[in-house]
Amino acid sequence: MKTILFIIQKEFKQIFRNKAMLPIIFVLPLVQLLILSNAASFEIKNIKFSYVDNDHSVASRELISKFEASKYFNIIKSFSSKKEADLQMQTGKVDVILEIPNHFERDLITENNTNLSVSINAIDGAAAGVESVYISQIINGFNQKIQTQLYQYNDASYVQTVNIVTIPSFWYNNTLNYKTFMVPGILVLLVTMLTLFLSSMNIVREKEMGTLEQINVTPIRKYQFIIGKLFPFWVLGLVILTVGLTIAKVIFSVPILGSIGLIYFFTSIYLLVILGIGLIISNYSDTQQQAMFVAWFFTVIFILMSGLFTPIESMPQWAQNITLFNPIRYFVEIIRMVMLKGATFSDISRPFIMIACYAIVLNGIAVWSYRKVN
Amino acid sequence: MKRFIGFVTKEFYHIFRDKRTMFILFGMPIAQIMLFGFAITNEINNVNIAILDKAKDNETQKIINKISASNYFKINDAITNENQIESVFKKGKVKAVLVFETDFIKNLQTHKQAKVQVITDATDPNMANTIANYVNAILQNYTQEMNKNNKPSHQIQTQTQLYYNPELKSVFNFVPGVMTIILMLVSAMMTSISITREKELGTMEVLLVSPLNPFQVIIGKVFPYVFLSIINATIILLLGFFVFKMPIEGNLFLLAFESILFIITALSLGILISTIANSQQTAMMMSLMGLMLPVIILSGFIFPISSMPMPLQIISNIIPAKWFIIIIKAILLKGATVSVIWKETLILIGMTAFFLAVSVKKYKIRLE
Repeated sequence: MKTILFIIQKEFKQIFRNKAMLPIIFVLPLVQLLILSNAASFEIKNIKFSYVDNDHSVASRELISKFEASKYFNIIKSFSSKKEADLQMQTGKVDVILEIPNHFERDLITENNTNLSVSINAIDGAAAGVESVYISQIINGFNQKIQTQLYQYNDASYVQTVNIVTIPSFWYNNTLNYKTFMVPGILVLLVTMLTLFLSSMNIVREKEMGTLEQINVTPIRKYQFIIGKLFPFWVLGLVILTVGLTIAKVIFSVPILGSIGLIYFFTSIYLLVILGIGLIISNYSDTQQQAMFVAWFFTVIFILMSGLFTPIESMPQWAQNITLFNPIRYFVEIIRMVMLKGATFSDISRPFIMIACYAIVLNGIAVWSYRKVN
Repeated sequence: MKRFIGFVTKEFYHIFRDKRTMFILFGMPIAQIMLFGFAITNEINNVNIAILDKAKDNETQKIINKISASNYFKINDAITNENQIESVFKKGKVKAVLVFETDFIKNLQTHKQAKVQVITDATDPNMANTIANYVNAILQNYTQEMNKNNKPSHQIQTQTQLYYNPELKSVFNFVPGVMTIILMLVSAMMTSISITREKELGTMEVLLVSPLNPFQVIIGKVFPYVFLSIINATIILLLGFFVFKMPIEGNLFLLAFESILFIITALSLGILISTIANSQQTAMMMSLMGLMLPVIILSGFIFPISSMPMPLQIISNIIPAKWFIIIIKAILLKGATVSVIWKETLILIGMTAFFLAVSVKKYKIRLE
């Protein structure tokens, strides 16, 4: 025990001695949490809208004013020709072009039918899909209004159509606030990245510096050394989590419906998994550069396959199976479920058990792969 | 010059000797592009939903069949009454529950209107909103078919054209994004760590007292990474082009020029980091912790910049990756020429000059 305490003391000293690292460890993640959480939203608004009105009628102006009134669209410009508008689409000045044909109003009233053409920049397919829904909602609304106006004059042709109404109700987040969803997720990433990078650089750094050999000739046992190395980062992870949760609650008003104790209990086991991965990377690397690249490689893939930004359910089955090996996936899932839905231990028992198994296996490998004698 | 070439050769040798780093350097882009192309998508499909059908008549059965026939939803019979909704949401078993009212068919026939409640787990707002929109669209379609025989007159038809990506492939959006992230992080990380490594091991002094001037030392250290990054960019573009049929509409020379420019921007940032950092660990934490999330979130790679609050839209301007994503999408998908992207290009050149100027200034102080 005494030996472990000495190692822990040494590690803490080394963390706090490096003045350049302190702001990176304690300030940078929290600044990122504060700033980036405001940016991470799939909401589509301020759509850059432009139009070509070839009709200049009351109806066409009314339709355009509907777009002006919508909170989703920013009217950038009107163009006199489609060609001109297309050019601006290429430069990225506009993303949507509505073209109203000649005789739009006349055809609508007399011919029973008329055409509008809409062009959307579809490079971001998901955004284009949402934009298209918004546009058709506005046009349909306008169309229905015109129809009821016109039918008042000739009732004979009017047959009431059948219609099914959907009434959406959004549970747990009725204002569809993105921050409640993203803040816990980004916090998970920051805690994970910090502890993983620091732990994967740790032992290999001593190797590179030549100080590892000095430790290896002391009578310290393998497990004592590993525990002593892990503990400071484990504490660090929990400290960052604590400050992050405070920011989430106080600044972003993210609801914390479930038990805080459960979140801490899970995080303390989760951190063992991450630190285990970090140590394994460190043991198998010869230089800090190597360790860094391996850590980065796994982190990027873990992040992208965690369900943090994109839904796991939309992935093909084989990819969903890969995510089962991704610790970040479980943490993101659990922190969101506990904080936002008030999930209890029985609700999250499966991912919890998975993470606990990972912790045992990975730390076993970490201790085993650390060789005192090379 | 001969000395300089000798030095560059040594640096090359240094890097290529490390098989594991090589493997990651070239495996990374391949793995990521494959994942994004085949696995990761921001579309919504196969979402688990449950249905509470209180009417149980032919009409609701038809609608349910229509919903389950769509790719968007997988229907599971998780619940039999309203009290269970909370618990299935909590366990994360389903994302939405559709409730059909008891007198569904009667309301349709007599009042010409029936209601469906769409209860969603809105912890993921995007998912919830999309589900509500999709259900609505499916039901709209359904009623249109019911109303086939009495079409309302004075109908506006809308023809929608999808520019640059008519099939709405998410991979077209992701390839430029992945390319940007890899080039940015790899270039910045590699340079910053390799220069600080010399500092940490005390070999920087040796290099600086050698006949090479400091400028040559830095160029020599950075040059192999420019080369590596160019290979990486090429691999990514070739994969995008051949595996995912991503178009390359624009001029290849322009594409090459802009990619090299961005690589140099990222490398200059790496040099700047190395003048600030005192150890490899610091350099790595600065480039990884400092760059990874801001680049992913603020560059427009995943989240649309135009939807961000104004202060963040302004902050996003300092992210070089943002400008490169605009440039690369314009060249690849829109077939843009210099006249379209000159502004973004100048911004990248300006950033590069700024990073280098600050580095030179800091570097001089260090040597005195």
